[in-house]
Amino acid sequence: MKYVDEYRDGAVARRIAAAIAKAADPARSYHFMEFCGGHTHAISRYGLEDLLPANVRMVHGPGCPVCVLPVGRIDMAIQLALRPEVTLCTYGDLMRVPGSHGASLLRAKAAGADIRMVYSTLDALAIAAAEPEREVVFFAIGFETTTPPTALAIKLARARGLANFTVFCNHVLTPPAIRGILEHPDLDGVPGPRLDGFVGPAHVSAVIGSEAFAPFAREFEQPVVVAGFEPLDVMQAILMLIRQVNDGRQEVENQYIRAVTPEGNVIAKAEVAEVFELRDSFEWRGFGAVPLSGLRLRDAYRDFDAEQRFAMAEISAADNPACECGTILRGIKRPTDCKLFGTLCTPETPMGSCMVSSEGACAAHWTYGRFRDHARRNVA
Amino acid sequence: MSSEIRRRKLDLKNGRVDLSHGAGGRAMAHLIGEIFHAAFDNPMLRAGNDQAAFDVDAGRMVMTTDGYVVSPLFFPGGDIGSLAVHGTINDVAMAGARPLYLSAGFIVEEGFALADLKRIADSMAAASRAAGVPIVTGDTKVVERGKADGVFITTTGIGVAPRDLVLSSDQARPGDKVLLSGFIGDHGVAVMSQRQNLAFETTVQSDSAALHELVAAMVAAAPQGLRVMRDPTRGGVAATLNELAQQSGVGFRLDEDAVPVRPQVAAACELLGLDPLYVANEGKLIAIVAPEAAGTVLAAMRGHPLGRDAALIGEVILDDHHFVQMITSFGGGRIVDWLAGEQLPRIC
Repeated sequence: MKYVDEYRDGAVARRIAAAIAKAADPARSYHFMEFCGGHTHAISRYGLEDLLPANVRMVHGPGCPVCVLPVGRIDMAIQLALRPEVTLCTYGDLMRVPGSHGASLLRAKAAGADIRMVYSTLDALAIAAAEPEREVVFFAIGFETTTPPTALAIKLARARGLANFTVFCNHVLTPPAIRGILEHPDLDGVPGPRLDGFVGPAHVSAVIGSEAFAPFAREFEQPVVVAGFEPLDVMQAILMLIRQVNDGRQEVENQYIRAVTPEGNVIAKAEVAEVFELRDSFEWRGFGAVPLSGLRLRDAYRDFDAEQRFAMAEISAADNPACECGTILRGIKRPTDCKLFGTLCTPETPMGSCMVSSEGACAAHWTYGRFRDHARRNVA
Repeated sequence: MSSEIRRRKLDLKNGRVDLSHGAGGRAMAHLIGEIFHAAFDNPMLRAGNDQAAFDVDAGRMVMTTDGYVVSPLFFPGGDIGSLAVHGTINDVAMAGARPLYLSAGFIVEEGFALADLKRIADSMAAASRAAGVPIVTGDTKVVERGKADGVFITTTGIGVAPRDLVLSSDQARPGDKVLLSGFIGDHGVAVMSQRQNLAFETTVQSDSAALHELVAAMVAAAPQGLRVMRDPTRGGVAATLNELAQQSGVGFRLDEDAVPVRPQVAAACELLGLDPLYVANEGKLIAIVAPEAAGTVLAAMRGHPLGRDAALIGEVILDDHHFVQMITSFGGGRIVDWLAGEQLPRIC
């Protein structure tokens, strides 16, 4: 497959692995956080950890949109879907995310709620056009990558006069989350992870540009390498980070030059700015309220805001107390440090959202990596 | 035929199934006669009994039953009818058996176009004739609109295997080799390409096919070396191997580079965020064979048109955790796990 196979070439991977092994100083260790779930997935899917020296460790970050959605917002979506006039359109991943008291959209659907899995915002628009008697709500989640399509859907709905289409907006922003990790690394007294640099987001950066991460290099003296989601991209970014650390540099470097420019996608950013504005604060799973980190619809588009139309009350709900999603999302703990991992919490019976999405650290480790735990245990 | 019956002939062009077609009266007799008997015609069916009676050779009787609820009903390379015939023949064949007879039960939704029902019946008839496995008995029910999705088909198959040939999913042993009969994921991608909310253009056709002759060639080549055969339908190669790992109490180690995937299928999966290992097949088989027989069986597979692209994709290993592991093209290792939940609409 052209433009894909080139970035999954095993022989090239072994050459980069050799370069990493050569560059990594055995006298020190390297802890890099990959912010994005897409990177977490690639690392697990291709077994990249097997190709890294023992002193280079990847710390999984919070960049999985499903994972950072707090329980309360799931509860709100379930309440909305249970309204008889509402058709809730959602990405498949969200169906199994646990809400409070064992509820989920999947269970609400089984109980009679009209919930439809869609592949894009345009599918939801098509449903709204085809079924004018239904109140069609699109459950919008995601980082800067999925926000422009939501903005366009809202503008299209207005242009087409689709008065029965609204958006339940849960879009969040990447830089405030990274700032949150760097400013308050520890959580409830548990010390945060040691970090020597970041693998910066791929698709998010294509929209917001690599320069968006400059403050982290300057203020927090963290090397950042923006990288694509293919396994060779990740390997190359790790090599670039190791070299920055060795050289004592803290810069934003762009490994993903085939898609990312310093300023990003100007048109997409303008569309988003026209439709959305910052919320004062938005709750993130594992982080609590993060200032200026979430988006809502501007007043000019309030007709398309489900929270307005259905007077949705904000729900704040606690996670399962035994679930370690919070510390895992902040890179403080690993999935296997959680008591529930692989016992009560599996992809079939997820207790926390990190076990649901394929980009979640727990699901990625469960799906691709857990044989290593057994191998380690068997050796010990 | 009396003039009254002729006057009531089905309108196969514009007519639709209504509740009277399932009520046991004359309308039902017309439906069965003009669509199903006309298509499947054979002496046992013509006898018009509620069952088929036949003699069988000495050996081990093999029996299977399977329900088909695929959506959409028609897809590139097949339809629910041919799928029902192939799928059931394959389930019999995976025991190393020669399939002999099929039954077919239809649950049809009120309002279903008679032309589509005829198209499906004709396709089943063509598949059954090509395979040499007749449909000798059946059943028809009509349910109210909204109680079914067009048409559901249940098929039962019967066959006979040599008495000394025992293929069973608990027979895989560490050291055995894993053979796959060809490219994976074709059926799932072909079906998904027709879904209304996905609809993408592809040249990929369903691989739906009857595998009993390929199996016969494998059995003839090395009857002692075959341990397990399974067709990786729903859940794909990943689900099949995870099941076998549990049932045989072993693990598997696959070589990602050895698994045959067409570039078009790989591209479609890339676009949809799927892994071809989890995508359904309807004309492929996995064989677990003794290491010393692997070369012989692989050669026999490649000598048959349906096994032309067969490959050795991995081996059975000792593993108390019954993991299916894979060495990736990258040289790293990973698990090929069960699929969690229902990610996609039904496809077989």
